[in-house]
Amino acid sequence: MSFEYAPAPESRDIVDLKPSYGLYVDGEFVEAKNTFKTINPATEETLAEVAEAGADDVDRAVAAARRAYDTVWGPMPGAERAKYLFRIARLIQERSRELAVLESIDNGKPIRESRDVDLPLVAAHFFYYAGWADKLPYAGFGPDPRPLGVAGQVIPWNFPLLMLAWKIAPALACGNTVVLKPAETTPLTALAFAEICAQAELPPGVVNILTGAGETGRALVEHPGVDKVAFTGSTEVGRQIARSVAGTGKRLTLELGGKAANIVFDDAPLDQAVEGIVNGIFFNQGHVCCAGSRLLAQESVADELLDRLKARMATLRVGDPLDKNTDVGAINSAAQLAKIRELSDSGEVEGATRWSPACELPERGFWFAPTVFTGVAASHRIAREEIFGPVLSVLTFRTPAEAVEKANNTPYGLSAGIWTDKGSRILWAAERLRAGVVWANTFNKFDPASPFGGYKESGFGREGGRHGLEAYLR
Amino acid sequence: MPDLSTFADTAVSPAELRGFLHGLPPVDQVGAEERAARLATRSIKKSAKAYAIDLAISMVDLTTLEGADTPGKVRALCAKAAHPDPADASAPKVAAVCVYSDLVGEAVRALDGTGIGVASVATAFPSGRAPLDAKLADTRRAIDDGASEIDMVIDRGAFLAGDHRKVFDEIVAIKAECGDAHLKVILETGELATYDNVRRASWLAMLAGADFIKTSTGKVSPAATLPVTLIMLEAVRDFRAATGRQVGVKPAGGIRTTKDAVKYLVLVNETAGPDWLTPDWFRLGASSLLNDLLMQRHKLTTGVYGGPDYFTLD
Repeated sequence: MSFEYAPAPESRDIVDLKPSYGLYVDGEFVEAKNTFKTINPATEETLAEVAEAGADDVDRAVAAARRAYDTVWGPMPGAERAKYLFRIARLIQERSRELAVLESIDNGKPIRESRDVDLPLVAAHFFYYAGWADKLPYAGFGPDPRPLGVAGQVIPWNFPLLMLAWKIAPALACGNTVVLKPAETTPLTALAFAEICAQAELPPGVVNILTGAGETGRALVEHPGVDKVAFTGSTEVGRQIARSVAGTGKRLTLELGGKAANIVFDDAPLDQAVEGIVNGIFFNQGHVCCAGSRLLAQESVADELLDRLKARMATLRVGDPLDKNTDVGAINSAAQLAKIRELSDSGEVEGATRWSPACELPERGFWFAPTVFTGVAASHRIAREEIFGPVLSVLTFRTPAEAVEKANNTPYGLSAGIWTDKGSRILWAAERLRAGVVWANTFNKFDPASPFGGYKESGFGREGGRHGLEAYLR
Repeated sequence: MPDLSTFADTAVSPAELRGFLHGLPPVDQVGAEERAARLATRSIKKSAKAYAIDLAISMVDLTTLEGADTPGKVRALCAKAAHPDPADASAPKVAAVCVYSDLVGEAVRALDGTGIGVASVATAFPSGRAPLDAKLADTRRAIDDGASEIDMVIDRGAFLAGDHRKVFDEIVAIKAECGDAHLKVILETGELATYDNVRRASWLAMLAGADFIKTSTGKVSPAATLPVTLIMLEAVRDFRAATGRQVGVKPAGGIRTTKDAVKYLVLVNETAGPDWLTPDWFRLGASSLLNDLLMQRHKLTTGVYGGPDYFTLD
C-alpha cells in the first residue's frame, strides 16, 4: 500500500452560476444582441451564456463612464473614494472562496492557486490602492494631480480577476471611471465583480464591464470617448492597439509578452532553485507573461540541477483544478493548447530533447503535461517565442557575463530570475538584466506595493505600487 | 556532489571534511520554509487519512525522558506501546519505546515478545557535554541491557566551533559500540540554528555511519519543524543517490497532533519519496501525539469523537 491522496475536491456549491449574464453598464445588467458561451476548460462543459458587447454597447458604457466621471467620481474627495474601494476589498475577502472556485472553473487553474495566490492578491490590491486615494498629492506627481477621465481596459485570461484588480483599483483610486473588457474565455469573475460593485453601492457608471471578444476590445480602445487605454495581453494585439491609439492623444500602457530567463549559478541553493524553476514555469500552467520559460543553468551544475528538476517534476499533480491537491490544472482553451503543441513540436523538429514525467491526463478538457526541453539552442523557436504553457527550455552558460548576455538576448524584457548564494552577484546581474522585474532566489512573487511592467516588446508603463498611479494621473 | 570515496576510511583530514561539508549546495531559508509551508497545505482526507494515521502510529517512538521517570512509569508506557487502544485491537502498535539508558532493562523486560524496539538516549543526553569515556560507558550500558536502538546526541559545541572532525570521530566511536543496534544521531537542530548547518550536520552524521538522523532532543526549543525535516529528508535522499545507502529520519519534539503528523508524512512522501514511508526509515519521536492519533482514528472508524477520558494516559 502506498500513500495515495484521496480526492479532495473543493465544493462547487458555493458558486451560484446563472444560465446567462448580461453586460454591466451604468450600474445595471443589460442584455446584448449577441451572446457566446464560456466553458470549463477542464471538462469542456458550458458554464454560462455571456453577452457579446457590440459597438453601440461600447458607446453606452463609455457615455455612462463619462457621466459618472463628470458628475460623481471625478469631483468626489479622495477620502470618499477610498471608502468605496475599502468596501470592495472587504467584499472580495468575504466572497473569496466563491470567487476562487469561479476562477478555477472558468480558467482551469488549480484551486490551491486561486485560493492562495489570486484572491489574496486581488483583495490586497484594492486595499493598497484604497490607501492611496486620499494621499495622491504626496505620491510625487505634483501637488494636485488630476485623474484622466474614462479608462478603457482590456485584460487577459490567465489571471482574470487579478488583472482586473491591477487595472481597476489604481484607476478608481485616482478618480477615473472605467470600462473593462475581460477575456473571451474567462468573463465570469469580472461579472461577479460587477455584482460586488453593486453590493458596495458604487455609483452607477464608475465601473462598467463589457464582455466580448477581439471586436469588442477593438471598439473599446478605439472609442473616441476613452482618455486612457490599458491593455494586458499578447505583443501582437498590443502592437495593433499602439497603432490605433497613436496620434489620438489617449494615454496608453501595455503589459505584453515575455520570455524570461531564470539564471542558476553554480553556487545556487539548488533545492530552492528547483522550486523556483517549477514555480516559474508550471505555476498557472505556464500561462504567465512573466513565466521563467528559459532556464539558464551554469554548465558546471546543469546535470545535477536537471536531475533534481526532473525528480521534482515527477511529483507534480496534474488534474482536476478543483482538487485541493492539484498542482497543475487545465490549459485555458483549445486554441492555446494547439499553440503549445505546435511550438513544442517545433522544439523536437529543431533538435531539442523533450521530456515529461509519466502523468495521466484526463480525457476530456484541455491538458498538457509539464514539459522540459534540454539541448536547446538560442536559435530554436522554443528559446525565442513565448509559449505561454507548461514548457521549459533549458540552455547553459559558462560565465556570469555570458548568462546576462543570453538572458538579454530576447525581444522581450518583462522579468528575470537570479539564483546564487552570493549577494554581490545578485546586485551585479540585476543591474545588467534588461527586465522590468528581477527576482533574486525566488520567482513569480507579486505584491501590490511592487511595480510590475516590461522593457522592449514586453510593453511600457508600470502597474502596482506608487508607480502604478502615474498611468492614471495627469 | 563532491567526491565521497575519500570517506571510505576514517583517515580523512579535518580540512577535507570541512571542504566537503561546505561544498554542499547552500540552503535558501525563505525558499525552504515556503516549500515546507506549501506541502503543509495538502488536503489529506478519507482513505488517505486513515492510511496516514495508522502509518503514523506505527512510526511513533513513544518517549519518556524525564528526571522523574521510574520503573513503573516505563512499564506503563510499554503497555501502552503494545496496545495503544485497549478498546480496538486493530490499532497498530508503535515502533519503539524511548527511555534513558538506566531504564532500558525495565523496558526490555516489559516489551519482551512484542516486537517493539527499545531505544535508549545516550552520550550524556541531552547536552552531550561529557568526556567521550562517559559517553561510551553510557552507550555500552544501554546495549548490554538490551537496547535495540541508540539515540545519541552530537557535540554541538564542537560543531559550532568548526571541529567537524571531533563530531565525526565521536559518532564513529559510538557506532562501534552499538554492534547490531541501530544508531540514531540527534543533531539538535534548534542549537545549530541555520539550515546550512542542518544540512552539513546531516551529511556529517551519515558519513560517520548514522542509521538515522534525528532532529532534536525535545529539550531545546525549537525542536522538530517542517523546514528542518525537509532539509534532512533532502539530505538522506541525496546521500542515497550518492552512496546507495539509505538512512532514516526522525523528527522529535513538538509533534502533538494528527494534523502535524500527517504534514510530516506528506513531506516524506514528496521529498525523500515512498521508500521512506515505513517505520524502518521514518520515525516520529513523541509522547502526547499517540493519543491524538488514536482519537482521530476512532473518529474515522466510528464517525464520532470519543472524549479524552476514553484514551489512556500513561
